[in-house]
Amino acid sequence: MDFIFGHYNYWIVIILMMAGFYTVISRGNLIKKITGLNIFQTSVFLLYISIGNVEGGTTPIIAEGVEQYSNPLPHVLILTAIVVGVATTALGLALVVRIREEYGTIEEEDIHKQDESL
Amino acid sequence: MIDNLLNITLLAFLAITAFAIIRIRNLFAVIMLFGIYSLLSAGLFVVLDAADVAFTEAAVGAGISTVLMLATLALTKNHEEKPPAHRPWLPMIVVLVTGAALVYGTVDIPSFSDSEAPAHKHVAPRYIEEGFKETGVPNLVTAVLASYRGFDTLGEVTVIFTAGIGVLLLLGRRRGRKRGDEDNNET
Repeated sequence: MDFIFGHYNYWIVIILMMAGFYTVISRGNLIKKITGLNIFQTSVFLLYISIGNVEGGTTPIIAEGVEQYSNPLPHVLILTAIVVGVATTALGLALVVRIREEYGTIEEEDIHKQDESL
Repeated sequence: MIDNLLNITLLAFLAITAFAIIRIRNLFAVIMLFGIYSLLSAGLFVVLDAADVAFTEAAVGAGISTVLMLATLALTKNHEEKPPAHRPWLPMIVVLVTGAALVYGTVDIPSFSDSEAPAHKHVAPRYIEEGFKETGVPNLVTAVLASYRGFDTLGEVTVIFTAGIGVLLLLGRRRGRKRGDEDNNET
């Protein structure tokens, strides 16, 4: 039982990760693909923050009478990752807008058909 | 106890939302669900003692990302995803195999919130013990972000700058050409 509760976070993270991965590789719509990529990304954030959590710890802000803090290092890494993630999402969405202007569609299959008929 | 309960519930909600995102084909609903997903994960970060990460995720993940996606939806005028032509067996197999390998990998990971885990034994104790004395910032996350790992943050700014230039080049070119087309039509 301890083993299940001790690893529940990691398993849900893996389910989320695979849900995102599945969306990216099985769906043809480009906006849906980017949503999948974001789900994958957030699941990695959850993995890091779960690892940084310490039993009986609090938020790592120095305060009197607090003995145990959670690990601040994963928090820092993930702060950076969130902001970089939005920058890459913005770039991906800009590419989607450009593709829609060139091809008139954002469905992968239709884009392939147009490329073949060229 | 209440923390663990919240943790389990929020993670279950996240999984349900992720499956709903896969199933639903209306793109507006997908984007709204993605906003909910981000907000749920922000709530989970609070439960896991990561307040700074939580408000960044709420502002940037649930806020800006959702707005950007809605803007893209408005520009592409495509509100319904096409149903897949055939059942995607191959992606399903790939995902199941990868997932199984990852689950096998978690068997050796230290249990959740184990204070003896190797992740808490390297530089983290130093940050916690010396951080306030050395930087004078009570929030250790800020101290590490801006002081100990300042170059990381500089690199982050570079990435955002590059992405910003990329977006401007991709979308700015279009406006320039459209103006050019209009000029041609006028003359």
